[in-house]
Amino acid sequence: MAELKARMPCEGLLPLTFGGVNLDEADLGVMTSVVLLGEEAALSSALSDAHGVGFPKANRTSGKGGGVRCIWFGQRQAMLVGTAPADALQEHAALVDQSDGWCAVTVEGEDVEQVLERLVPIDVRRMHFKRGYTARTQVGHMSASVTRTGPRAFLILVFRSMAASLVHELGQAMRAVASRRGEG
Amino acid sequence: MRIRGKGLVDRSDTVTFRFDGRSYDGFAGDTVASALLANGVRLMGRSFKYHRPRGVLTAGSEEPNALVTVGIGAAAEPNVRATTQEIFEGLEVRSQNAWPSLDLDLLAVNNLFAPWLGAGFYYKTFMWPKAFWERVYEPVIRRAAGLGGLSGEPDPDTYERAFAFCDVLVIGAGPAGLMAALTAARAGADVIIADEDARPGGRLNAEVLEIDGEPGHVWAARAVAELESMRNVRVMSRTTVTGAYDQGTFGALERVNQHRGGRGDGAPLACFWRIVAKHSILAAGAIERPVAFQNNDRPGIMTAGAVRAYLNRWGVSPGRAVTVFANNDDAHRTAQDMTAAGVRVAAVIDSRAEVRSTAEYPVYRNAQVSNSQGGKELESISILVNGKTEKIQTDCLAMSGGWNPSVHLTCHMNGRPTWRADIQAFVPTEGAVPGMTTAGACRGSFSTHGCLADGVAAARQVLDALGKKAPDSALPQTEDAPYNLAPLWAVAGKGRAWLDFQNDVCVKDVKQAVVENFRSVEHMKRYTTQGMATDQGKNSNVAALAVLADATGRGIPKTGTTTFRPPYSPVSIAAMGAGAQGQGFAPQRFTTSHRAGIAAGAPMIETGLWYRPSYFPKPGEKTWRQSCDREVGHVRNAVGVCDVSTLGKIDIQGPDAAALLDLVYVNTFSTLKVGRVRYGLMLREDGTVMDDGTCARLGMTHFVITTTTAAAGTVMRHLEFVAQCLRPEWRGAMTSTTEQWAQFAVAGPRSRDLLNGLLDAPIDNDTWPFMACGDVSVLGVAARLFRVSFSGEHAYEIAVGARYGEALFRELVARAEGLGGGAYGMEAMNVLRIEKGFITHAEIHGRTTAFDVGMGAMISATKDCIGKVMAARPGLMDRDRERLVGFKPTGAVKQLSAGAHVFAAGMEATRENDQGYITSVGFSPSYETYVGLGFVKSGPERYGEVMRVVDHLRELDVEVEICPPVFVDPEGRRARG
Repeated sequence: MAELKARMPCEGLLPLTFGGVNLDEADLGVMTSVVLLGEEAALSSALSDAHGVGFPKANRTSGKGGGVRCIWFGQRQAMLVGTAPADALQEHAALVDQSDGWCAVTVEGEDVEQVLERLVPIDVRRMHFKRGYTARTQVGHMSASVTRTGPRAFLILVFRSMAASLVHELGQAMRAVASRRGEG
Repeated sequence: MRIRGKGLVDRSDTVTFRFDGRSYDGFAGDTVASALLANGVRLMGRSFKYHRPRGVLTAGSEEPNALVTVGIGAAAEPNVRATTQEIFEGLEVRSQNAWPSLDLDLLAVNNLFAPWLGAGFYYKTFMWPKAFWERVYEPVIRRAAGLGGLSGEPDPDTYERAFAFCDVLVIGAGPAGLMAALTAARAGADVIIADEDARPGGRLNAEVLEIDGEPGHVWAARAVAELESMRNVRVMSRTTVTGAYDQGTFGALERVNQHRGGRGDGAPLACFWRIVAKHSILAAGAIERPVAFQNNDRPGIMTAGAVRAYLNRWGVSPGRAVTVFANNDDAHRTAQDMTAAGVRVAAVIDSRAEVRSTAEYPVYRNAQVSNSQGGKELESISILVNGKTEKIQTDCLAMSGGWNPSVHLTCHMNGRPTWRADIQAFVPTEGAVPGMTTAGACRGSFSTHGCLADGVAAARQVLDALGKKAPDSALPQTEDAPYNLAPLWAVAGKGRAWLDFQNDVCVKDVKQAVVENFRSVEHMKRYTTQGMATDQGKNSNVAALAVLADATGRGIPKTGTTTFRPPYSPVSIAAMGAGAQGQGFAPQRFTTSHRAGIAAGAPMIETGLWYRPSYFPKPGEKTWRQSCDREVGHVRNAVGVCDVSTLGKIDIQGPDAAALLDLVYVNTFSTLKVGRVRYGLMLREDGTVMDDGTCARLGMTHFVITTTTAAAGTVMRHLEFVAQCLRPEWRGAMTSTTEQWAQFAVAGPRSRDLLNGLLDAPIDNDTWPFMACGDVSVLGVAARLFRVSFSGEHAYEIAVGARYGEALFRELVARAEGLGGGAYGMEAMNVLRIEKGFITHAEIHGRTTAFDVGMGAMISATKDCIGKVMAARPGLMDRDRERLVGFKPTGAVKQLSAGAHVFAAGMEATRENDQGYITSVGFSPSYETYVGLGFVKSGPERYGEVMRVVDHLRELDVEVEICPPVFVDPEGRRARG
């Protein structure tokens, strides 16, 4: 019997390193779009009960990096990451599987802010965009979700079909930043 | 000529570069201009129109004369100002606008025709014959006049764009800017300070003066070092803020690698910044203005401040016997600095009567320079003093008509500057750019003390607004010399006296404009082209309008200025378009089967951002048509597989999901059974068709709709608009799942056989009839199966999680080939749907209604929907409208083409006789003829009529029969089989 082999969006494209900035694919496991249909407070407590994370405020994530996270994803929307959604959530929200819909990468390193500064039209500096902050914005010409996951680390999501363009854009910016470093 | 002991260049670091093929030495810190002057080279360019020999006029980015081309081959960059280009080892610089060489420019013959080449010459002369303008006159004129040219090859350099944010953007790092930045930064504000120069400091690097007992340039370097050490400050040198835009946004061009040779891979030439600042402080300084007198454009005649800058910053004297011509005290510094450096000052000519001077050099009061002599270099000047003309031998004349504050950025949002009579200059109008304050010379404070005080005051104002406390610190001690100026714009006399050096506009041209009644400053500008060169009139605007004001008798404030527009100084298109080079132009969307398609040799076509296979060539197939015909045959006779993942898929859930669908579709979905699919048509508010697609009901409150590939975003936006604005009380959620699912059409009589080989539980016609849908399992992977058809055949679409897309596609194609079928691409898909009369956006192109495409009856009479009322307007229901029909050729010519127009048989193919047009055509291998879809007046009522189809572009004239749009299986038996 034949078997269907799964393929990750950035397979064969990553990892990539330039000048101390690393770009790699992130396997976020199950990803579920959670769109509010009822009261936010009720959904938030259902989320807390089932998964230990509340419904995030605008431009924030709830939950700790690595485990179950809920990333704000737009008006009345969040992306539940790292767990299959509990059935109890269905009472308050529309749940849509997005595990295969997004290309997720982590970009981290000393000059990561300078790299994103070339592609993302919002202020991603640490004093204004702290760990756990997230935004629906752009990376180059692509609509993206950008989340700070550490002092020098970001999680970036774009449509799965745009994986090659994302890697190209980030790679270009990483090279340009590295070239400035080289010149001192 | 280098002067021992002067300048801030690094004399231990010799740098060799080439100008017009000759090698020259300079020092690290030199510009091309300073290094050439140090080598005694003064001829650096030719003027735009008359090809007059020109030397450097200024020492900054405003330079109009010394424009050069940097680099060679494809990477060459034209029109670079020699005054800003830093030299580096191996730099290649060439002069421009001269033929055959800079020294012997034969086009200087234009200069002899100068009496006829004044302003307005072209408009009057090249009127006749009319056809000659484009073919003869313009090419000849363009050949003779112009600046540097592009190589014509693709630019091999890369460019960056970047975004920055701050509390306060300080524009300019002279004394005012540095003081403002220090004050704001010390209070903890988030500061960006940008300066166009490689070395911040502004005039502090060009003057002999002290701040707190140390040389100005030392103070500046210390200030920069302090700023660079602070975490809340970003110092951006070589960065010109080029424009002020809405809401505190600024454009800025950073020259990243233009001062270096041998750029590495990925290293950008320049970076175009968008800086968003809560507040801004403009400290852009001032630009010295020349005085117009006869032959004032000869190499060796420069602005007085530039002569000082070359001496004090670069240790270069532009001449051996220097003269100064001024109308203000400031210019006397040039004579003082030169004397102190041991350079002979031949004379100072001051237009004012009252001038105090105890200097050794002669000072002529109440005197004016009236002419200059020499060939390609200045040899002497004529001066008018006490009614007599005298001649003075000099090889460098330093002139100053005063200073113009650099108000440009304050005018970028349509503000106009304010005239200040005491300094005879325009200064910024308060509040012209929201959030911007001004400091220093750009607001008319010309002493160093005034600049520092302004800087502190501007910073305090910003800190107040930010709610931060300004630090208490004493203002550094420095000079506060008065400026003392009497107006002098142009010396009266014969001959040509230049105002705009770059565009060769003279005083008489401005006067001619007035004679011809171009009296408004905007009209004068366009008539004479004054200020329309790459320096945008930085050196000439105020003098030109002063001459205009004099000629019209209106006075300067009433005459006003022309409009200042971004960019402040030239920005290459490449830098503005940074990030959009090559693959950066637009994201590429690849389907999960993309690699398999490429491996099969399929040429890809772009549909929006997506890449889709046109066809899958097999060995022996020489044309796309052969592949396409074969693929159509697969579907009609066996089974074909096509990636349809690019179609938009929107998951709609919630208690009001069905109501929402009833509102946006013309037909009803609340009645659709769970596990069934229905075709749907969506209208715009104005009653024309927006999109079509299918809607599957997966649960009582759960639907998945499909959209066309092209309109996926449009439909999503429309649904969001309806949900958020029209029916905010409804509970529904829309989520795009286009990317989540890889979806493949499996079409043809053997489609079910193929699927049943893969499905974990086989299906038959009873369990899975036409328009059924539901969850299935394919090779152990959860999937969705829809029995829909876009070809008219027995067909399905199967969807799996995108991670399995490639594997499933390869499996489906391999099995299809085993059943006598295979993969099919866009071309075959198009033929299949035309044969079946299915519409795409070629038909629903934004001007057609449901009535036009034969679906008027689909608009439900029992419910409301968006567009229903407007679609019912009589004009949109007219029988005579152009309505959907099919076409097939019946005459000798068998070819059809999309875009061709339809005429009654025997009628002339003119606009007045137009009866319709063809939207889609394809060669039907099933019927061995071309078939087409399109629109004809009263369409369905004309079935059987023979008409004439003419494609004026492709020169086709075809006899066709109008027929129903459905060619294949009109009863729909195959899809249900």
